[in-house]
Amino acid sequence: MNPQLLIIGLLATPLIGALLISQAGRWPNLRETITLVTAASLFGLATQLIDPVVNGAGASLVLAEPLPGLQIAFDVEPLGLIFTLLASLLWLVTSVYSIGYMRGNDEPRQTPYYAFFAIAISGAMGVAMAGNLLTLFIFYEVLTLSTWPLVTHKQNAAARAGGRVYMGVLLATSIGLFLPAIIWTWVVAGTTDFTPGGILLDRIEPTAAAVLLGLFVLGIGKAAVMPMHRWLPAAMVAPTPVSALLHAVAVVKAGVFTITKVVIYIFGLDFLATVPLEKYLVYLAGFTVIAASIVALKQVEIKRMLAYSTISQLSYIVLAALVLAPFAEIGAAVHIVAHAFGKITLFFCAGAIYVASKKTRVDQLRGIGHRMPWTMVAFAIGALSMIGVPPTAGFVSKWYIIAGAFQVENFFVLAVFMASTALNAAYFLPIIFRSFFRPEDEAPPVEHGEAPWPMVAALAFTAFGTIAFFLFNGPIVEIEARMLEVAK
Amino acid sequence: MTLLDWMPFSVLLPLIAAPVCALLPGRLLPWALAFTAVAGSAVISAFVLPAAIEEPLRYAFGNWPPPIGIEYRVDAVNALLALLISAMAVVMLPWARLSVNQEVPERQGPFYALFLLAMAGLMGITLTGDAFNVFVFLEISSLSTYALVAHGRNRASLLSAFRYLIMGTLGATFYLIGIGLLYIMTGTLNMADLAERIPEVADTNAVRAAFGFIIIGLGLKLALFPLHRWLPGAYANAPSATTVFIAATATKVAVYVLLRMVFTVFGVEFALNMPYREVFFTLGAIGILFASVSAIDQPTAKRMLAYSSVAQIGYIALAISLVSVAGLAAGLVHIFNHALMKGALFMAVGAVIYRLGSDRIEDFNGLAKSMPWTMLAFVLAGLSIIGVPLTAGFISKWALIQAAIAEGNWIAVVIVLVGSLLAVVYIGRIAEAAYLRPAPENRPAIGEVGPGLMIPLWILIAANFYFGIDTSLTLGVATRGAEVLMGTGP
Repeated sequence: MNPQLLIIGLLATPLIGALLISQAGRWPNLRETITLVTAASLFGLATQLIDPVVNGAGASLVLAEPLPGLQIAFDVEPLGLIFTLLASLLWLVTSVYSIGYMRGNDEPRQTPYYAFFAIAISGAMGVAMAGNLLTLFIFYEVLTLSTWPLVTHKQNAAARAGGRVYMGVLLATSIGLFLPAIIWTWVVAGTTDFTPGGILLDRIEPTAAAVLLGLFVLGIGKAAVMPMHRWLPAAMVAPTPVSALLHAVAVVKAGVFTITKVVIYIFGLDFLATVPLEKYLVYLAGFTVIAASIVALKQVEIKRMLAYSTISQLSYIVLAALVLAPFAEIGAAVHIVAHAFGKITLFFCAGAIYVASKKTRVDQLRGIGHRMPWTMVAFAIGALSMIGVPPTAGFVSKWYIIAGAFQVENFFVLAVFMASTALNAAYFLPIIFRSFFRPEDEAPPVEHGEAPWPMVAALAFTAFGTIAFFLFNGPIVEIEARMLEVAK
Repeated sequence: MTLLDWMPFSVLLPLIAAPVCALLPGRLLPWALAFTAVAGSAVISAFVLPAAIEEPLRYAFGNWPPPIGIEYRVDAVNALLALLISAMAVVMLPWARLSVNQEVPERQGPFYALFLLAMAGLMGITLTGDAFNVFVFLEISSLSTYALVAHGRNRASLLSAFRYLIMGTLGATFYLIGIGLLYIMTGTLNMADLAERIPEVADTNAVRAAFGFIIIGLGLKLALFPLHRWLPGAYANAPSATTVFIAATATKVAVYVLLRMVFTVFGVEFALNMPYREVFFTLGAIGILFASVSAIDQPTAKRMLAYSSVAQIGYIALAISLVSVAGLAAGLVHIFNHALMKGALFMAVGAVIYRLGSDRIEDFNGLAKSMPWTMLAFVLAGLSIIGVPLTAGFISKWALIQAAIAEGNWIAVVIVLVGSLLAVVYIGRIAEAAYLRPAPENRPAIGEVGPGLMIPLWILIAANFYFGIDTSLTLGVATRGAEVLMGTGP
């Protein structure tokens, strides 16, 4: 299929799906079939993009030109390809999981839930394929707005409060910092196209560039670099599949993906190395890694703990991107995928535990491994990946990032990674240990076993993926390495 | 007849139709006549715009050449505005029919006659090239608008109309004094002649005083902070149809006159010698912040949107204080885009009033279930006010921020962004009530409004998104107009 059509297809398929879903509310089985078919076709379309992008023909498309010289344009490069594949594959898995979760929980308003989910995925596709900052910003905001109804799904006071923080932080950062950064870039560079090697070299004073970089890093609130992280724990009022796909993969990865693209294609590694104060942003990301891990240590709600773990892991990626070493850039891209598989598994497990037993707190998990062995084994795999233990995906990315830190002899990054590994182990390992090797306190209020089978299937799949990625990460690393060569 | 001969009829059609309309009985006939006149005016405006961009159109009334007679002089700036006014009227009138039937059940002939007069006045102000003629049309449109506001359903509308009348008359008087001073000093009222003769006498206190009187007079008319006090009451208590139209057009026309007087008549140099920049920058900036914050805790939706309008005027003031082509273009494009979004928002609230009889914020609770399309339209237009990409509002904000950055004015950038975020709060307040709060138990079952109210609303919503993607008409013409005003274009 021709690449232009593919791009339109990737944007339009979820939207068409959303439209059909909204009309099929009266027939739940038909509605869920539409979701699954849409997700499957989206993944199918995404795989078609591999060949043109990897083999150099490229895929780009200009849709409109709203401002003179500023286009709504798409240009899929390797990093975007990986994000597209990741989001579409995991949407399919999450859709299966959603069916089990929403029905198992007897949730109201399922039709808008599935419809907005699809719109959000379309936003993620747009972010992944955007050819310039303006286009990226448009879909970034689509993603923010379309996930608000999902976060506030429960429509009670807690959901309203969470929704307010969610919208407030994400819109305040994107409109208040990210947008002026884009316009500033455009004023000085005359373009916002993602260009290998960057567009800012010799066009902006290094000191001003430092401010601009700060605007980008803090303005891209979806990357949850402290102090812009508050929206992510707030988003945990959403149903768990939303937390799993959107707030562990699509939305947050859109954030770190954007930062990585800004670093590589707007600033360019060589130019950024000359920007003063750049290392302070490295410190900020490093601080976020450690601080979020410490906060996670103290959480009692499973989902909130996972949210803080996500904040910490996202800053791994920001940190890796800002280290400015080739290996670390590869590590950043690999970690986008590696963290996605591990964290979605953990959220799937949290949701499965909730549906089966209505338990939401860390201290309620004693002995639950015997009732839900599949779930808790998957949880253990996800947790090991967060810590970065082989044979899980987290090890691979950590390897590259640390290798990158050695390349540029940045020992701060090294120290951050060692401390964070210890902290991650400190909050994950006790849970795993207690769930398998401690007896239950008392008989639970309801007798339960595993959650409904679609949920177990989904979490088994992603847990399997976490291990498989450890073994078969070659193609992704290779694609990224080639991208960096081009960017040089 | 050539296009030039037709051009004055975009003013004359509504003006001639008005007295006839006042005499027509019943409900359908006055409306149909008003619509015909307005549609004719819009068609003429649509043809005038492309021609005026090429070369300014000049028409001498009664074949009396200026400066003896009155001249209409139409270039990219006023042609765009004339199209905006007449097109808004065309979209608004079909919507108004149902709303007016409910809110102004009797004597609709005079109501539509007043509407036609108001519209003719606005068109006249826009097209004329004569400074005194501006005053005449200003009074025609203002007097009829006061009466339109007084048609509101509650007694507060009388008070608001009276307040509007006092402030509006003050504004018009100040403007007239300014024009009088200029006439004494130069002996002409024709804008083009004024522009030629003012430099000779620029260094006199009389001309400086004239500048001050004109700025303050127009400041009252366009509700520039802190001269905005008449606006919230007038918008909130007027019949919904009146609010939609005047919110989209009336203050914008005053901005146009201001631009014309400052840039064409007095000239950039004179303005820069006066504290024009500082005054408009400061008042615009404070206005944005003050009005946006005020909008947040208003009890009713119309009052909230009215304060939002004051804030939007602040954006325009900020844009034109930059005194650059990019800045003026941003101001002009926001005049256009703001009409689209505020028109849509007031229509959505008007639809709620039509069904519910109230626009109190707490009455929006749970409304998204009963009126899904109206509330969706409200949220979409709200996104445009906030300035979310793909909407017309985004283009305005982008143009304004870009102009501010190009001038190195970072304070303006910050204020525009803070204003956008405050808009998130006040729009979000209604969105949250409508979508996330349960409907009150005692509310009678209400349904969505019919196509008569729905179609015009969604035409405006579509326009908000269309002009967020294709900006060749808006930003293109606005840039052309800005070049004309700055004296760098044809």
